[in-house]
Amino acid sequence: MSISVSNLTKDYGKHTALNGISFEASAGKVLGFLGPNGAGKSTTMKILTCFIPQTSGKASVCGFDVVEAPLDVRRVIGYLPEHNPLYLEMYVKEALGFICDIHKIANKQERIKEVIELTGLDNEQFKKIGALSKGYRQRVGLAQAILPDPQVLILDEPTSGLDPNQVVGIRSLIRKLGKTKTVILSTHIMQEVEAVCDHVIIINKGEIVANSDLNDLRSKYPDKSLEKIFITLTNSNQDGISGREAGLN
Amino acid sequence: MLAILYKEISGFFSSLVAYITIAAFLIVTGLFLFVFPESSILDYGYAGLDSFFNIAPYIFMFLIPAITMRSLAEERKDGTFELLATRPITEWDIVIGKFLASVAIVLLTLIPTLIYYFSVYQLGVIKGNVDTGAVIGSYIGLLLLGSAFVSLGLFASSLGKNQVIAFTIAVFLCFFFFSGFDSISQILSFQSVSSYLMAIGINQHYQSISRGVLDTRDLVYFLSFSAVFLLFTKTILGGRKW
Repeated sequence: MSISVSNLTKDYGKHTALNGISFEASAGKVLGFLGPNGAGKSTTMKILTCFIPQTSGKASVCGFDVVEAPLDVRRVIGYLPEHNPLYLEMYVKEALGFICDIHKIANKQERIKEVIELTGLDNEQFKKIGALSKGYRQRVGLAQAILPDPQVLILDEPTSGLDPNQVVGIRSLIRKLGKTKTVILSTHIMQEVEAVCDHVIIINKGEIVANSDLNDLRSKYPDKSLEKIFITLTNSNQDGISGREAGLN
Repeated sequence: MLAILYKEISGFFSSLVAYITIAAFLIVTGLFLFVFPESSILDYGYAGLDSFFNIAPYIFMFLIPAITMRSLAEERKDGTFELLATRPITEWDIVIGKFLASVAIVLLTLIPTLIYYFSVYQLGVIKGNVDTGAVIGSYIGLLLLGSAFVSLGLFASSLGKNQVIAFTIAVFLCFFFFSGFDSISQILSFQSVSSYLMAIGINQHYQSISRGVLDTRDLVYFLSFSAVFLLFTKTILGGRKW
């Protein structure tokens, strides 16, 4: 198993963001991480990339524990953080070169060229990142994540802010990468899960409420769309607007 | 570490920070040395660079915090710190890389001032009648003082996301460590420990090296001063893990 998480808990002061979640992910599958805002998706990803430590429980990536061997974990991971932070004053190629230097990639120029082609940045490669539109910035973020050719890709809302054409492009890229690597992506967009993911984990208030193959989930709730399944699972004891809508439907 | 160092230096040069710092330093020191009558070498009458080495720490006190204020505060504000922290490098790599980049800029501001030495060398009544040893010592002292200020500036920059606060704290810390301990040691009730208090301050060690005597005690003082504040910086960066 390239990612295994067991009994992971994270407290921010008194607030419990993750409450003992366990799951596993293996190579060759795209794992969709679904949940309402504040469910703990980003927190899980930050723990897996060793940015913040868990309160208790264990998480390991490719056999390396995130607390004991953080450098080894970061070497095998490609991470696209939420909000996609970038050095806006850098040129696209310069930023990619910087990531290459950090990972000590040997044939730097070739790899940069490859990644630029993969992410469709050919026309923007000589521009400053600050001058790019949101969609192209997202591609730069993705390019930075896949640059060291990681075994595990962790993408926090990879398609937010992209136009429909770009979304299709990025999704097919993720699918392609998912054939050989372990990909975890978080999203709120149901169509995205249907288009990209093989396996779905739905998380709500720090707990896993569903963890199954996409097809199994569909056959378990045969007459419901994924959207309705999501709403049923995450909104059961909550009296929000969307909950009432779900009831009406 | 080298990747960070290279990125920071090219960042300084592509954002005008380096050019403006170097230009400001040269203009201010040039004015003090050759134009303003109270401190002008030409009016002073002796072939020496004393007024340059006396004024330089006070200019560094403002310039160096300006160089370092964005280095960590901005990374945190823009979230790019997450980008660095989730790559296979340690926090030490980040801190030392940024430290060395700023020290390199300090070195680059000092190099053009060699022309002051050259001018004074030529202007002596007997050509070359300058205390070269003291000048070399003072340059080493100024570089060490600069790196101590850089470590203070980085520390201030690591404290929060706001660059203005980082700058203000850094200026205060630089001033306090440079001459604050000298002033405190003047307080009557501290008379018994005044020499120890002065030894904590930067000024005494700077003056000592400026005489042209490179004492290992001063060297150890400056190196450990920077090391301690870099350690504080690294600890604060790791603070998200507490």
